[in-house]
Amino acid sequence: MHLANHVGPGQWAPRHGHLRAVRRGELWRASLLLLNFLAGCFLALPPAFANGPDASIPNIFKPESKPADLEFHLALFVLAVCAIIFVVVFLLISYSAMKFRQRVEDDGAEPAQVYGSNRMELAWTVIPILVVLVLFLASARVIHSVQDARKPPGVLEVTAIGHQFWWEFRYAGLGVVTANELHVPVSNPSKPTPTFLKLLSADTDHSFWVPQLAGKTDLIPNRLNQMWIDPHQTGAYVGQCAQYCGTQHAKMLLRIYVDSPEQFERWLGEQAKTAQPSEAVSVGRRVFESTACINCHTIAGTVANGRFGPDLTHLMSRATIAAGAATNTHENLRNWIQDPNSIKPGSLMPAMKLNDQDLDALTAYLESLR
Amino acid sequence: MASESLAVAGIGDFKRPLTALLNDWVVTVDHKRLGILYILYAIVFLVIGGVEATIMRIQLIVPHNHFVPPRVFNALFTMHGTTMVFFVAMPVLFGFANYLLPLMIGARDMAFPRLNAFSFWITACGGLLLYFSVIGGDGLYGAGNAPDVGWFAYAPLTSQVFSPGHSTDFWVLGLLVSGIGSIGAAVNMVATVLCLRCPGMTLGKMPLFAWLNFVMGGMVLLVISPLTAAQIMLSLDRYLGAHFFDTQAGGSAVMWMHFFWIFGHPEVYVLIIPCFAFASEIIPVFSRKPIFGYPIMVAATVTIGFVSFSVWAHHMFTVGMNSYANSFFTITTMAVGVPTGIKIFNWIGTMWGGKIRFKTPMLFCVGFLFQFLIAGLTGIMLSAAPLDWQLGNSYFVVAHFHYVIVGGILFTLFGAFYYWFPKMTGRMYAESLGKLHFWLFVIGFHLTFDFMHIPGLLGMPRRIYTYEPGRGWDVWNLICTIGVFFQIAATLVFVGNLLWSMWKGERAGSDPWDAWTLEWSTSSPPKEYNFAAIPVVRSRRPLWDIKHPEDPDWKYE
Amino acid sequence: MSTIPIAQPALEKPWALPSRGPVGMACLIAAESAIFTIFVVAYLYYIGRSLSGPSPKEVLELPIFATVCLLSSSLTIHFAIAAMRKGKMSAYSFWWFLTILLGSIFLGETAREWFHLIYDKGLTISTNLFGTTYYSLVGLHAFHVTVGLIGLSVFMIFALLGKLQREHSERADVFAMYWHFVDAVWVVVFSVVYIIGR
Repeated sequence: MHLANHVGPGQWAPRHGHLRAVRRGELWRASLLLLNFLAGCFLALPPAFANGPDASIPNIFKPESKPADLEFHLALFVLAVCAIIFVVVFLLISYSAMKFRQRVEDDGAEPAQVYGSNRMELAWTVIPILVVLVLFLASARVIHSVQDARKPPGVLEVTAIGHQFWWEFRYAGLGVVTANELHVPVSNPSKPTPTFLKLLSADTDHSFWVPQLAGKTDLIPNRLNQMWIDPHQTGAYVGQCAQYCGTQHAKMLLRIYVDSPEQFERWLGEQAKTAQPSEAVSVGRRVFESTACINCHTIAGTVANGRFGPDLTHLMSRATIAAGAATNTHENLRNWIQDPNSIKPGSLMPAMKLNDQDLDALTAYLESLR
Repeated sequence: MASESLAVAGIGDFKRPLTALLNDWVVTVDHKRLGILYILYAIVFLVIGGVEATIMRIQLIVPHNHFVPPRVFNALFTMHGTTMVFFVAMPVLFGFANYLLPLMIGARDMAFPRLNAFSFWITACGGLLLYFSVIGGDGLYGAGNAPDVGWFAYAPLTSQVFSPGHSTDFWVLGLLVSGIGSIGAAVNMVATVLCLRCPGMTLGKMPLFAWLNFVMGGMVLLVISPLTAAQIMLSLDRYLGAHFFDTQAGGSAVMWMHFFWIFGHPEVYVLIIPCFAFASEIIPVFSRKPIFGYPIMVAATVTIGFVSFSVWAHHMFTVGMNSYANSFFTITTMAVGVPTGIKIFNWIGTMWGGKIRFKTPMLFCVGFLFQFLIAGLTGIMLSAAPLDWQLGNSYFVVAHFHYVIVGGILFTLFGAFYYWFPKMTGRMYAESLGKLHFWLFVIGFHLTFDFMHIPGLLGMPRRIYTYEPGRGWDVWNLICTIGVFFQIAATLVFVGNLLWSMWKGERAGSDPWDAWTLEWSTSSPPKEYNFAAIPVVRSRRPLWDIKHPEDPDWKYE
Repeated sequence: MSTIPIAQPALEKPWALPSRGPVGMACLIAAESAIFTIFVVAYLYYIGRSLSGPSPKEVLELPIFATVCLLSSSLTIHFAIAAMRKGKMSAYSFWWFLTILLGSIFLGETAREWFHLIYDKGLTISTNLFGTTYYSLVGLHAFHVTVGLIGLSVFMIFALLGKLQREHSERADVFAMYWHFVDAVWVVVFSVVYIIGR
């Protein structure tokens, strides 16, 4: 038996062996992995650069607001650092796997038995610690600028209340209550008008996530959370609930419309009005007021003042119903009232079980609520 | 004789009556048999958990799919997570520890053999209790369906108000019961390592496998208890009207999160540390070199053990903690990456300058190295709180932790299966099938979990039974689901290989890999008493000393 | 079956490792400490946060007598084992019985206190956060005392049957570790509930 070389932890043994053509297997393996990763990154690019402000792809790499901007820039930095680490270590693993494989003509002797190297250990302890420090400092800066941002006076404040499975938005002091679709004014970088949101929950945990505008913040019962957005581009941004809240968590969708200042004023004005009575839909209105609808829903200016379900005063100003589960069309509205489980099984709205006549009248009434 | 080795392992001496055979396995206190029971139990639940995952992925293959209704999907992800963590990963790791620890330290059994048996059976009961919820129909004490509150069961979703019926109680009871088993197993592991090492085997001369399982056992003692406490509190809330997590009475939903994650985060280190142990045994043997930097590997593991108790709230970055808390947990989470990285470098150092033999166990361990590297880096990304505000609770997180669990834990587990299969059964598995398993699984794993990062980056949250078309998530979900079928094929090859080889495999001697730790000095499978005489050792690699008497390890350590 | 024979070099020092009984019990104590820590944290967090109902100051009285009994039982169990080590089995039985008695008195006092709280003061586990945390923490401890008493009784029965000898002192010592732990937990519970929380 040959004498194997032994090298203590302080020393570094000389390498044995010559370079030879390596077997394809390991090379393929390394290439496959790298290719995969690169392909993944590459294929992510088209969606990242697709679409303008109307994008319905909630891509975190396409921020249109602070704090999503700040998070995006931090993400690029962290990604760059991690990519460098990845490439270095990937190459080390691949190289050692390929270079030090047992050759076919091997003599069966054991290689130099190296127990360790204090110098190497020090190097690969100190360098990662430095990397961690740098990443931490970069992160801490963003954490503070987002969480400890001072609220400018006179800024728009909206209270968002999470329900199973819809969003309630109350514009305190402006007398506006709406659901699922939030309108905010666009902010001018020279004279910012951010929107500050208070987050509450009426039942279980939820999470408010519209990726292009901000990171998510949870809505937790018996706890007041705050977040802010400072959008610099008008448009419609999509998101959804990001904390499992029950059966229909998946269809608790979210829309934020960032309006120009004029659009926003107009919208506010419309929303502040009460429901206009109309003879044409009085039959439907009577159906509404004489069934259980008024227990859960509010229509400003009528006897209906329930808080369990969404405010319906300006139902037709919204593009979707059932928290985004369906578009706001006649057919969908009718089906929703008749049997919510056909659109959102497990939602907490009961099937109203009305006859066709009443149902048509009711739908017509609701469609008058602009 | 053909059946003798199997008879010694108790697997298949068909000359004895079936009742005697079953009796042997049910009343056994032998650590080897209990280890095999744990492992077989875990494989059964691995298949069940895999079926649950497959159904979920089929539901998500296209948007607005109707493969399963929402409540079933929600129960599926709850059961899948709970099963995989508590009834696959924990049992299989306890199984390997039980089987190997006494053999590696030169002992005849674990410190408390009867506690060992009790721990296994009560863990098994816990799993059966959890799954009883699936079959117990409405009429049977209102058992209803499987729990659908998520494996983390956030309050107040779990209160009686939002989760009426008993499905949540089955989640609580199943885990409470199996938690007792986990603590019993951990007591055994710690006591065995501290009290039963053979003469000459100081703590500094133990195989790394023993060290890492010792740390894991110590962690389990401190980690499972918070979950047990939280579940007791939840049960008190649900049945005695207590208000621990009752937000209407001033209780705190966030407190559940704190208690759960004080368990939940160290738990994932509990799961990965034994897998580091597998890698630390396999990589040296197949590189033909000792592990690089043994003392640092021990120190790094102990450091990970301690630091992992300080990072839990990185699961709660979005909960609204103040900026100082978020910064604290950011730095501790990043810090725990340092000792983990040190271990990766030490494994590379072990391979460096070696003569690597790429048998199946080594293939899986090298795969583990690549994949754990990526998993660790996505973890670093998530550890930066502002990034977590975007990526937390999205498919990016799902991709990250599956990268760790499947790419890290499962890969090293496969490596361990192949490595110790000859020792446990006395037969070699078919190497070509092993390699086929590896490549199929690699393809499937990467198809599913590489591309799963992308929907997360594009805003797809987790735990949703369906998603909207046109958000850019469709094609990625399709690719992820396709990968599942490669993994299924690979697993079938794996199971087939093991089964076929158990009866028809080539005979393996006591030391087929030319390895260096004490278990390879016993017969394959080992006799019931393990060692004819308790060995006395002088170095970390006793068999190296015997095979190289002119150049033993103890001259250099 | 061929096995590789391991050489048997002589050792410089005699090989002595800790005994498994105390190590196992120490592990169990570590796990139990973790459970108690969580309940104590919940107790501390919820101090002063009840929305209604009786407050600690209004209803809690210092259980001095019960505490003295329980802490003395640590002393008596120590004497019991010291006697057992010397082979004085009747002295052992005496001190051991005293331990059980003192432990039982403690439990009795706890029961009395709870009866008073429930029926006279209207405080139950569902009354408010104080009720929830108080009954669960004190109850968890009382549960551990009960388990301890059962174990003590098992030893007592064996002693009365004449089956306990001097060589069982190590096992009794391991059990005593548990009993001392229960007492130590009471010190913490007492401080948290009756001093800090009141």
